Order: sequence, then structure tokens, then C-alpha cells
Amino acid sequence: MTTTKHVVATIEEVPPGQHKKVHVKGRDIALFNLNGEFYALGDKCPHEAGSLCTGKVVGLAISKEPGDYQLVRPGEFVKCPWHGWEFDIRTGQSYCDPQKTRVRMYESHVENGDELAKGPYVAETFKVSVDQQYVVIEL
Amino acid sequence: MDVGPVDCDIHPNVPETHVLMPFLSDYWREQITTRAIDGLDLNTYPPKTPLYARKDWRPEKAKAASTLELLRTQALDRFNPRFAICNIVYGAQAVFNGDLSAALCSAVNDWIIQEWLNKDARLRASIIVPFNDPELAVDEIEKRAGDHRFVQVMLLTGSEMPLGRRQFWPIYRAAERHGLPIGIHAGATARHASTYTGWPSHYIEEYSAQAQSFQGQLLSLIYEGVFVKFPALKVVLIESGVTWLPSFTSRADHTWRALRAEVPWLDRAPSQFVRDHIRLTTQPFDAPEDGATVRRIIDLLDSDSMLLFASDYPHWQFDGDDALPPGISDELARKIMVDNPLATYPRLRELAQ
Repeated sequence: MTTTKHVVATIEEVPPGQHKKVHVKGRDIALFNLNGEFYALGDKCPHEAGSLCTGKVVGLAISKEPGDYQLVRPGEFVKCPWHGWEFDIRTGQSYCDPQKTRVRMYESHVENGDELAKGPYVAETFKVSVDQQYVVIEL
Repeated sequence: MDVGPVDCDIHPNVPETHVLMPFLSDYWREQITTRAIDGLDLNTYPPKTPLYARKDWRPEKAKAASTLELLRTQALDRFNPRFAICNIVYGAQAVFNGDLSAALCSAVNDWIIQEWLNKDARLRASIIVPFNDPELAVDEIEKRAGDHRFVQVMLLTGSEMPLGRRQFWPIYRAAERHGLPIGIHAGATARHASTYTGWPSHYIEEYSAQAQSFQGQLLSLIYEGVFVKFPALKVVLIESGVTWLPSFTSRADHTWRALRAEVPWLDRAPSQFVRDHIRLTTQPFDAPEDGATVRRIIDLLDSDSMLLFASDYPHWQFDGDDALPPGISDELARKIMVDNPLATYPRLRELAQ
């Protein structure tokens, strides 16, 4: 299946630690920036389709034994606002059920405007300029 | 290995407090006399209620199941177990003075040895401990652990604090070390109202509401991390009923997904801990009297290793001789009556080998 490049944001629009809801081919996608790396997750919890964009971004609570509390990977998980299921933003996997429950992930990357300008691409809400960097989702 | 069925819950009853006198110190003997302490049956098991003893198991004068002769003719010779585990449901565990409770529990254990275990080779027993005072409970476990006819440590579901709390962990540490499962029997030590909503008006409410208490204890044991800390520990819910468990476990799993960050040491779903660590005796089962429903509930348990056969003699849970719920295949019956008890109680395996 051939995919098309969809320009969905400038990199300044979604700074590290932030996220943005974008639309590609009629789908809602949650675009996250983790320390400069972009991840595009379907904005739909696999449980009952809650919008992950409106969920809390959290770290991962782990423990060596009862009474031991540690927070690792701060900001790398999103909790569905409806039932609190935690998803790994890097993989879309549910923490409690990583094998069977995962959010759809889309391929995303950053491209320079001058590269993009060679086309083809779709940028419904953008005017691509050669001296900018953009987040591109291929779908 | 063919050893015949194991009855995992029978109830010899302490006939009167004075039978414990030979096993008490001078001080406590005199205290019991001068304070006119007698009876000491749990409020949750009044001897004259129908539940306490089936009609045909209720002798005219004596307390039900209070002599070896009664136990032999009414239960052992009838159900023919290879082993039967004596769980003494008695007020010794409920007494508020921890020292008196410890003295009475120890006396009950001596009495079990002398009057029951020494007289019939089929009998095994749970160690009765003053569990609301864990240090004293551990002393009693250490005192009895060398006698391998004691196969379990028995607590009551109505405790002073939820049983998963860390103050109880010394009991679990000792039990795990000695290869003794923890049995939690129905019954309360009267520290709190007997239902979550307060004191009920009637006994009928109180007995049925024991399931609430078991549910609370189950959550506490799992979420406090008892099975993470003591991975070899098994907990047997005795006389808890069975059919409430599958739906309750589903709810626990659902809640765990949302709130598991509160208890990050739980590395798997509550239902998995239930399957790995929790066992239940089969009387009462609390299902309608049709085999199809019973089979469906057992399917929902998602494990054929969790159920342990019990007659619950002399409690009135069923009539006639068929102590197993209906609809159970021969293969599953064998698991429930033989394999599962042997897998749960390491000390029964020693003799069977």
C-alpha cells in the first residue's frame, strides 16, 4: 500500500513534553513530543475509545517489593481519561496487558521544509516553507 | 499417588471450656474458674442455631461433633476420607486479652493433639493462633510446627485489621517457612460490626454477609503485596462460599488497570494472584442445585486447581451423603478431592509419598 506524507505540525507547535491532536485521512491522531522525538498514536483508547489527547501524561510507577515506590520514565505514558488505562507513548502498548492491548501507532518523523518542498505531500492547514521543520505522518 | 479423598474442613467442637483446663497454667485455670468463663463459642457460630449442626448430626444432649465417636460414625466412616483436617472454630481466637487468647489457643491445640490426632490416624489439624496479636501467634506456630499432623495455620475472617496489613506478616513468614498454608475460616473476633454497613438485625444477615468480609480480606492480602513478599504462601478460604469469587475478581482486575500505580508491586492482575495463591473449600458452594450452573461457575474460576473438597461437618450445608456440588465430572472430582488438597498442603504429601 502506498502512503502519503501528511504534514501535521511545525516542530515549534509541539514542544517537548507536549502533545497535539491532529487529523489525517479522517482519523484523530495524538501527536506526542518526548524529548524531541515525535510519536503518533491513534487518539482512541482500545478499551472504549476514550480520547488519549485529553488524558494525563504520567511516568511509570514501579516497585522492587511492597512498600517500595519508584517513578521511572517520567512523561512517557498517557492515562486514558475514562478508565485510567496506561499506555506507553513510545509503543502504544498497555502497561497492564502489553501483548493484547495496544493503541494504533502511525509512522511519524521530522522533515526539513526544503526536503518536503520536493513533494509529494499533503498539508491541509499548512503552507510549507523551506526554512522550517515539520512533523510528518505517513498514512 | 493414590491416597483417597481429603476432607479439608471438619469441625470437632470444644464441648466446654473445662476440657482445656489440663492444658492451662495454674494462673489461667484459676482465672477461668473465678471468672466463671465457660462456653466461649464464637458469636458467629451459636451452637443452637440450625447452621451449627445438621439435624441428623445433632446429638440430644452433647454439643454436635464434640466426641470422636460422633465424628467417626457421622463423618469419617461416611465420607471415608484418607485425611480430614480439623478446624476448631472457637472463641479462643477472639478473646481481647492477647495473653489469655494465646493461652486458650495453645490449650486448644494441646487438646486437639490429645483427644483427636492421637486417637485417629486419619485426622490432621490447623494450628489455632491468637492472630490479632501476631507476635504471640508466631510463638504458637513455632511451638506446633514440628508436629506435621498440623498442616495449616487458621485465622478467622473477622480480624482486628485487614489481614494483608504488614503487622500480620510475621505470621505469613512463619507459615511459609514451615510449609503451612494459611486457612481463613468464616467467623469473627467481634472487633467491628459484622457487615460493611453496620450491625445487622438478624443472624441470617450476618452469616450471609461473611462473604463481604472474605472479599475485603482477599483484596487486602493481594494489594498489600502479601503474595509478592511470600511467593510460596497459599491461602485457603474456608467456608467462604465460592460463587461470589469470579465476578468479584473481574471487578478487581478492572480496578487494577485504572489504579495500579497505588500498588506498583503488583506485577500481575489480581485474578492471577487468586489463581496462584487462593484456594477455597467446597462447602458451602452457594450455587443453585443444578449441575449446569455449577459447571459454568467453575469455568469462570478459570482454574481447576482452586477448589478443595470439604464436608464442613457438622455444619448444615447439605443433606444426605453427597457433599460435592452437582454437575462435577469424575475427573474434576478427583482433582478437588485428592490432587488439589495434596498440592495445597505439603504436609499431606509427606505421608502420601
